[in-house]
Amino acid sequence: MSNSKPVLSSSLGRKLIMSLTGIFLCTFLIVHLIGNLQLFNNDAGYSFNKYAYLMTHFAPIKVVSYLLYASIILHAVYALILTLKNKAARPVAYAQYDGKANSKWNSRNMGILGTVILVFLATHMQNFWWKYHNDQVPYIEYRTDLATGETTSKELTASEFRDYQETIENNVEIIKAKDLYKQVDFAFQNIGLVILYLISMAALAFHLIHGFTSAFQTLGLSHKKYIPIIQGLGVWLFGVIIPIGFALMPLYFYFVK
Amino acid sequence: MLNSKVPAGPLTEKWSKHKFDMKLVNPANKRKFTIIVVGTGLAGASAAASLAELGYNVKTFCYQDSPRRAHSIAAQGGINAAKNYQNDGDSVYRLFYDTIKGGDYRAREANVYRLAEVSANIIDQCVAQGVPFAREYGGLLDNRSFGGAQVSRTFYARGQTGQQLLLGAYSALNRQIKKGKVKSYTRHEMLDLVKIDGHARGVITRDMVSGKIEAHEGHAVLLCTGGYGNVFFLSTNAMGCNVTAAWRAYKRGAFFANPCYTQIHPTCIPVTGDHQSKLTLMSESLRNDGRVWVPKTQEMSAKLRKGEIKPSDIKEEDRDYFLERKYPSFGNLVPRDVASRNAKEMVDDGRGVGKSGVAVFLDFKDAINRLGEDAVRARYGNLFDMYYQITDENPYQQPMRIYPAVHYTMGGVWVDYNLMTTVPGLYALGEANFSDHGANRLGASALMQGLSDGYFVIPYTVGDYLANLGNFNPVDKNHPAFEQTRSEVESRINKLLKLNGTKTVDDIHKELGHIMWEYCGMARTAEGLTKAKGLIQELRKEFWSNAKVLGENDEMNMSLEKAGRVADFLELGELMVDDALNRNESCGGHFRLESQTEEGEAKRDDANFTYVSAWEFKGDEQAATLHKEDLVFENVELTQRSYK
Amino acid sequence: MAQHMNLTLKVWRQKNDKSKGQFVTVQANDIADDMSFLEMLDIVNEDLTRKGEDPIYFDHDCREGICGMCSLVINGRPHGPKYGITTCQLHMRSFHNGQTIVIEPWRAAAFPVLKDLAVDRTAFDRIQQAGGYVNVNTGGIPDANAIPVPKRVADEAFESATCIGCGACVAACKNASAMLFVSAKISQFALLPQGQTERYERAQAMVDQMDAEGFGSCTNTGACEAECPKGIKLSNIARMNREYFSAKFFREEDVHQ
Repeated sequence: MSNSKPVLSSSLGRKLIMSLTGIFLCTFLIVHLIGNLQLFNNDAGYSFNKYAYLMTHFAPIKVVSYLLYASIILHAVYALILTLKNKAARPVAYAQYDGKANSKWNSRNMGILGTVILVFLATHMQNFWWKYHNDQVPYIEYRTDLATGETTSKELTASEFRDYQETIENNVEIIKAKDLYKQVDFAFQNIGLVILYLISMAALAFHLIHGFTSAFQTLGLSHKKYIPIIQGLGVWLFGVIIPIGFALMPLYFYFVK
Repeated sequence: MLNSKVPAGPLTEKWSKHKFDMKLVNPANKRKFTIIVVGTGLAGASAAASLAELGYNVKTFCYQDSPRRAHSIAAQGGINAAKNYQNDGDSVYRLFYDTIKGGDYRAREANVYRLAEVSANIIDQCVAQGVPFAREYGGLLDNRSFGGAQVSRTFYARGQTGQQLLLGAYSALNRQIKKGKVKSYTRHEMLDLVKIDGHARGVITRDMVSGKIEAHEGHAVLLCTGGYGNVFFLSTNAMGCNVTAAWRAYKRGAFFANPCYTQIHPTCIPVTGDHQSKLTLMSESLRNDGRVWVPKTQEMSAKLRKGEIKPSDIKEEDRDYFLERKYPSFGNLVPRDVASRNAKEMVDDGRGVGKSGVAVFLDFKDAINRLGEDAVRARYGNLFDMYYQITDENPYQQPMRIYPAVHYTMGGVWVDYNLMTTVPGLYALGEANFSDHGANRLGASALMQGLSDGYFVIPYTVGDYLANLGNFNPVDKNHPAFEQTRSEVESRINKLLKLNGTKTVDDIHKELGHIMWEYCGMARTAEGLTKAKGLIQELRKEFWSNAKVLGENDEMNMSLEKAGRVADFLELGELMVDDALNRNESCGGHFRLESQTEEGEAKRDDANFTYVSAWEFKGDEQAATLHKEDLVFENVELTQRSYK
Repeated sequence: MAQHMNLTLKVWRQKNDKSKGQFVTVQANDIADDMSFLEMLDIVNEDLTRKGEDPIYFDHDCREGICGMCSLVINGRPHGPKYGITTCQLHMRSFHNGQTIVIEPWRAAAFPVLKDLAVDRTAFDRIQQAGGYVNVNTGGIPDANAIPVPKRVADEAFESATCIGCGACVAACKNASAMLFVSAKISQFALLPQGQTERYERAQAMVDQMDAEGFGSCTNTGACEAECPKGIKLSNIARMNREYFSAKFFREEDVHQ
């Protein structure tokens, strides 16, 4: 038999990229959700803003975040390549095609669901990532009396802020930080954005209910002993818990705060 | 006089000795020869692959869109081999003996012995190719029993042994296609044989997509084109199965042997109406666990037919398990001809079941009670499903209705011990030849014969012929014989395309089928056969004056494809009737009402008919000439077959 | 007694592989419910022939569900509305009087239409030729029982080997992917001891050929498995992926030849 083609120029190689980037993005979602749970702390954003600073300034996490951006881009680009190739594999469409008889609609519409998620990501990054990195968020100072544990906060102006700092003076911890929490609160007062988030989380749910299990199938990891576990994770963790967890955030800020 | 070229010497040594005596072609010279293989079923694919492995250049032709679709694929039950893995007393000699006896002593001893001898190699070969035969828990091969034998020697792959064996041969063929040793032509139909100086040197084919008429040259031509059961219109054959290649060869000088030997398979799904296009067989293996019965009285059958009572309403003592009653030692596992004839007898006696009354029951109730439904499902699940799809009746809950249907043709192109026809360089393998099954084929023996011919016989015997040619010159493509034959084919096609009458080709084919089934089916008489001969001649005239053939040659033309095949069936049908008339005895699948024992069993006339009838074509609308090959039995004694 | 019905057929008619096809409406009258679908088409064709019109070309042969020659997408479903059977096993009792039935050929770039409902499936043959075999010659083979195969393994290999090569998987897949077909053959030999020697080369060669034929990529919708008349399982595709990636990433001897 002949020399085989390089793996990445094969159909299976392209699927491999989708699978690996997809699984990586799934693991990120877990971390992202756990971190963002701090939005629910009733501490004027103290823990959340500290966490936001850590995530943007701790070197190993920065490396991971670049991997993350690359994964998103690869996942989207390869999805596009595969979709175009798949379309080319059927140049004449069926006049009648009864897809529901043989497959679930989300599995047939991963591209559309993915596109919704991509649009969401752009909005999401613009609202928070871009504004955070380009000093378009408010600033805040927290003063915590270490003896009593009481925290007070006050908004800072841009000139007062200068840089993130964490100091202790006279047994009082002073933290000056970008107030991403406030930005979140502000953004989620916009009902349009809240609705976009809810739709996007629904899309994410259906995307992952198929995608997570599918990624393992592509990797060839299919064994009757652990397939039910993977399917369970795909549906309950990635299809239910994570999207609902994320969806609660805009709802919380819109209705509760 | 026909020379079968059976080598001298004791039966058990003939093949070994012959293999040594045959000339060989040196490996470097093999690549100078081209061999044409027509048909890619078990015989064709195995022959093509084996010859290509040896170094010959091979061209294969099939009418289907892939070699894998040849009708061998539909064989369900299994393949016999004298492995004696079950330690139940099997041996090469016993397989030989069962086959000769099963064929009602109308087969050539030496061929049958060779078949039994190489049977074990076939299983080895197929296993090495990765054919997934059924296995025991210990990992070794499993066997089941089959009709006409008292040992378990049948290897099987669930209910689709034919498919798995064919895919094995197809994979071997693919390997050679990849290596460039085989060139495969699919959707190609052989329409004639080209002879140069009396030797087969090529074929004329039609590309069924473009309509192109092509000439292909080769040093030998192998016909592996299956049987002619579709002469009956309704049979278990695939819709495309036809006699054209063999018939064209017959018209070019290859004798046609024992055309009247047709096998009517007992376990088929009964006909439901005029619209029916084919009959569906269910494996004989069902008779391992199913019990065949009809009600004891005509009154009860009548009530069943009208739907007044259900099969389950009939008490045990009112059921006639007629095979068990008449043949206690073989019971439901009597050979096919016996089982079929008895079913017909019951129906003729007015005890048939089903709406039409033309069926008997095959009942699994006892097997389900004994083994449990799951065990029965594991053995026959796919057959039960198939039955359910077609009839809408659940065989787990009510007995199946079965009736015999045309299934296999033991007759075919006459061949000698080397599988060569009366045209030098032209061979016939598998069902296309007449050789190994006599007047009746035992279950699970067709697969065995196809693969034996292809894997283990033809690679030796073709070499002998080629080595004796005395030169390695390529066949002259420009020889006028090619152009001559091609133009004959073209003019025949043009003649067909001009037919613009009122009857469709299918109309005529159905009429032919009715004539054949009525007069040349399970029971035959001189009177009926004589009548049939006249009817066929008339029908043939009508075909050539009143059939309707549409379209052009240079397109995919279903109408033309059918017309060419039916035209040949209309000629073959008459020869079958001639042969059946000539054979004034009953043997195996050929049952002449004039010749039966007091108990109604087939009665042979060994004094007058222990021969192979080989017919020579003498010209259109002229009587064929009968040649006889005397069958010499040196090893087995001819007795009245008894399965009691 | 058999019920009779009248039907309206919308059939794809195309003169040859070069011409453009279109749907043509044909009436099928007085069809008995115990006819098979192909027998219904036979009747339609007999009527057309009597009228001097070109009969509808469709592929079929054994008419007992095993040769794999018949095809047809019927009302948007490969092999029609029932699961687990081929078109030739479909009976008219699955339809009702007055129904309109849309009949199309398999649609895939790799399966060009030859005429009407018949397509060219030789791509499947070429994939098999690329490696769907064990390299053994006729003769010189050890005794069949010298290679014991555990029953479980033999049974599973058999399940994969039951593929009839009809192409319904390609027809059903929204991407016109042939991966179920290819993986079934790769699986059969990956499972059996006879296939071990060339196991990894085979996977690469067959996948390469599959890609070269222009089939799409699997997105794990499961449509192929649902529509396969022989119930070939999706786990075969996982096995194929495993074989292929093992060959590419863990089997140096096969990669550097």
